[in-house]
Amino acid sequence: MDFNGLFSNFGELTTTGLTQGAIYALVALGYTLVYGVLRLINFAHSEVFIAGAFAAIWTWNGFGLDQNSQVSGVGSILFYLLVAMIVAAIASAGTATVIERVAYRPLRKRNAPPLAFLITAIGASIAISEAFGIWTRRLPEGAPSLVSSKPLFHLFGVPIDSVQLLTIGAALLMMVLLDLFINRSRTGRGIRAVAQDANTAALMGVNKDRIILMVFITGGSMAGVAGLLYDVRIQTLTYSVGFLLGLKAFTAAVLGGIGNLRGALIGGLLLGVVENYAAGLFGSQWKDFAAFAVLVVLLMFRPTGLLGESLGRARA
Amino acid sequence: MTTVLERVRSGREAAGERWRGAPRWVRWALLVAVIAFFYALPNREFYQYLGPIPTPGANFTQVLFTVSIYVLLAVGLNIVVGFAGLLDLGYFGFFAVGAYTVAVLTSPSSNLKTLWPWLLVVPLAIGLTMLSGVMLGTPTLRLRGDYLAIVTLGFAEMIRIAAVSSEFLKGQRGFNQIPHPPGKYADGKPFFGVLDARPYYWLVLTLIILVVIGVRNLTHSRVGRAWISIREDEDAAQLMGVPTFKFKLWAFASGAAIAGLAGALFAGKQNFVNSQNFELLNSIIILAAVIFGGSGNIVGAIVGGGLVAYMIERFRGIELFGVELYEYRFLIFGLVLVVMMIFRPEGLIPNRRRAAEFKDRRKEVIVGE
Amino acid sequence: MRQKLARVIGGVAMVALVAGGTACSSGDDAAGGGGDACGSKIAFFGALTGSSAALGINENNGVKLAVDKYNKENADCKVELAGLDSQGSPDQAPGLAQKAIDDTKILGIVGPAYSGESEAAGPLFSEAGLVTITPSATRPSLADQKWKTFFRAVGNDFSQGPAAGNYMKNVMKADKVYVIDDQSAYGAGLADEVKKVLGSAVVGSDKVQGEGKQTEFSGVVTKVKAANVKAIFYGGYYQEAGLIRKQLTAAGVTAPLVAGDGVNDGAYITSAGQAAAEGTILTCPCAPAAEARGTFVQEFKALHGTDPGTYSDTAYDAANILLAGIKAGKTTREGLLEFVKGYSGEGVAASYKFTETGELDPAQVKVWAFKVTGGKVVPDQEIPKS
Repeated sequence: MDFNGLFSNFGELTTTGLTQGAIYALVALGYTLVYGVLRLINFAHSEVFIAGAFAAIWTWNGFGLDQNSQVSGVGSILFYLLVAMIVAAIASAGTATVIERVAYRPLRKRNAPPLAFLITAIGASIAISEAFGIWTRRLPEGAPSLVSSKPLFHLFGVPIDSVQLLTIGAALLMMVLLDLFINRSRTGRGIRAVAQDANTAALMGVNKDRIILMVFITGGSMAGVAGLLYDVRIQTLTYSVGFLLGLKAFTAAVLGGIGNLRGALIGGLLLGVVENYAAGLFGSQWKDFAAFAVLVVLLMFRPTGLLGESLGRARA
Repeated sequence: MTTVLERVRSGREAAGERWRGAPRWVRWALLVAVIAFFYALPNREFYQYLGPIPTPGANFTQVLFTVSIYVLLAVGLNIVVGFAGLLDLGYFGFFAVGAYTVAVLTSPSSNLKTLWPWLLVVPLAIGLTMLSGVMLGTPTLRLRGDYLAIVTLGFAEMIRIAAVSSEFLKGQRGFNQIPHPPGKYADGKPFFGVLDARPYYWLVLTLIILVVIGVRNLTHSRVGRAWISIREDEDAAQLMGVPTFKFKLWAFASGAAIAGLAGALFAGKQNFVNSQNFELLNSIIILAAVIFGGSGNIVGAIVGGGLVAYMIERFRGIELFGVELYEYRFLIFGLVLVVMMIFRPEGLIPNRRRAAEFKDRRKEVIVGE
Repeated sequence: MRQKLARVIGGVAMVALVAGGTACSSGDDAAGGGGDACGSKIAFFGALTGSSAALGINENNGVKLAVDKYNKENADCKVELAGLDSQGSPDQAPGLAQKAIDDTKILGIVGPAYSGESEAAGPLFSEAGLVTITPSATRPSLADQKWKTFFRAVGNDFSQGPAAGNYMKNVMKADKVYVIDDQSAYGAGLADEVKKVLGSAVVGSDKVQGEGKQTEFSGVVTKVKAANVKAIFYGGYYQEAGLIRKQLTAAGVTAPLVAGDGVNDGAYITSAGQAAAEGTILTCPCAPAAEARGTFVQEFKALHGTDPGTYSDTAYDAANILLAGIKAGKTTREGLLEFVKGYSGEGVAASYKFTETGELDPAQVKVWAFKVTGGKVVPDQEIPKS
């Protein structure tokens, strides 16, 4: 136990934890959306994230940027970020669509039991992750350092840099957009209706298949953005990182109350911070242990998460 | 496609009927023949005539041992997933508990320096794993379905991280010189030696048969009926007076005990245990194997566990277009899982009652599709 | 479906029969058969695929070169090279070890490459009397297990760890050092040795998860930054080292990273990025491959099209020791084992002579420091023993 390590670095552990937590939150949204509508743990969502992250790196490679490139000028940095973000979102949404079409829809048509869905999800996850592994020859791919991580300013003595601002800002922005989309748009109303009672919604004329597809696309694009932010922050990507990150994001979703959009955000940020504090207190090797311990303890005392399960039933 | 599948399905059903309708002595004779075949399998004098079955890339007897461990695990997990319907994604964690118990108490590199003989530690390992099953189950078994899956997965990860990071469990340095099971040939050579994996395989095979007999009797008893009622509808079972929590805990603990036994056997054969032995993927592979074979059916679980473990090893040493297929083994594994679930979600050799359920579900009308 | 599956299995198996035909072993049962040099084999045991394959491929290429050269000189009586791909996992090691033991044509093994798989495979090789020379498993306890067939062609962690410590203390004059390790047998062992040498100069230490399990190191980075050190030691492999270096640099930590031979690989620079990797010190109980005597580097490049990597030269030497034995007519396993035991000679990376326990004679162990300069790993200097 290193209380000194925790307290003397408290500020920085918090900010870096929040940054990582923002990425968890974005990925968690995908789990939460799909779970809210289909009552299904989309285990393959971690690979949706990886697809976006690789797409962003390969886009930069297409522009001739590799891990050693330096890019200057706010305009060109923004351009590269924006293009990569769009490509990543499309790649992730595409992967999610393919997974839904190939792996889940046939099962739904047969009214298969939930266990079958989970196993297909695991199968799809392994297959996609291995495909990326074989394609990259299991070597890490480097991303250019687009955004400088030199401290911009100090807040209560804690240095804040632009990567942190970008990551947290982008995550919050996506959240707000998603919230508006679910609560204000026509499709959003359809999603809420299916989440509440799929059969009744279908009888009322909601096209269930289309709504489900929309859910996968929305969750997928969020994961794509998360992939881009991951690249910007970590600057290296290995095919196998999705699994653990997906697991953590799922933990975050459960933490906040799965099926609950705002819960995903709070769960993500909380998980990021908690695991960083654990790293400070017990040493970095216990970080993941702490994350899972939080999950297990929470589920024992409050099985529906912090904010409770609700996509359809929430305010809205 | 559908008609072909239908025909295959009806053909299979006919085969099943014929098996059930056959005279008792035919069934026994077949069973004895199958068991004799598997006892004979690890002998080179026998398997060299089996054409493509022996693995080209690794010693076949050693592979058979690995396969037999997976079969034992699949039989154990089948109790939890197949009979009681509890989705356990962290089953391999119990295997780790069993293996580590043996390692800590017998290895000279352990801090305890107890150096107990292997045979003495095995019951301890089984007991301790059972206890850990109860300890994990008591708080978590109130959760249902997906939540239970994710909590068990989290626990398995926690066990793995503890194995890697705690001083006591030695992390990747591991425990070496774990003793082998006892027993000597007439000439003083140990029966369970280093080079010959056959005795270990025979030991595991014998234990599998004993465990299967035990599990079969259990499922035909009050306990087994309670498990199935919980799987079918937990609320209804509770209302009918089945103490669901108690029986779920029983399923969890007996499944864990079998995994502990498997872990102890593994440690005794492998001689060396470290944290690299217990990856999360293994839990997933075993769960997939049980579902693949046919969850809820002991024969299905055996076939699933055996086939999955064997196929993964079988890819070693096969070259296609200049690339070794072994590199692609998990890619293929993942794809097979997806295809399998779409076309045959009840598994290769399903439980009859489960198969009927699936058939019913398939016929149910789905609104809005 | 079942019939179909059976057909698929059958199909796969047929392909296997055709492709794997060459790998079939002959029927002899007792170990140490053979007796005719022609058709003898040596095998390389290590990770050839998977995430830790970079080191294994380096070594396998070195062994390939040795066998290639031997076969050119002895065209009438060639030696075959078998590859045993363990993926660095101790789980797979016994099956592969036994496979090698079953194949009575295999007279000696270069490997196992990693310490974990050596632990699992060592007892089998010892029992079968099949000689192994590892070019890179540096865990000290491997030599203490009374295996009859264990030989190590490099210095163990007890030679590399103190050397890395000495380098930081004497050459870099670092009075504040942060030590990180990945909890692997190799990484933690090295870090412990470094801590012993540096004593109170170590102002903090942390552990991370290895094997690609962790990619986000902000907790460690924060602590290192707060400690304001002169140097950082990392015990572990290149994957994590690259990420840690990159994230340290990004957070504004400029103190150089010092690491062992597990990081001494081009993949480290790719993963850290050239700018961040610059100035990293890498130690290795091996002479620089470019220093290696004779025409080794040119020949290696001609055969494989790349520069030799870490331990390519050691693996090459290890293979040559085995080949020299075969050439001298030691074409039984017992004969070759005796030959290696009594071997003494010059290789391209070092001079070789083994102690009673199979360790490289301490007098022969050299530890070098390398420095990352301009995106390349460049030899810096030989580190004095104390």
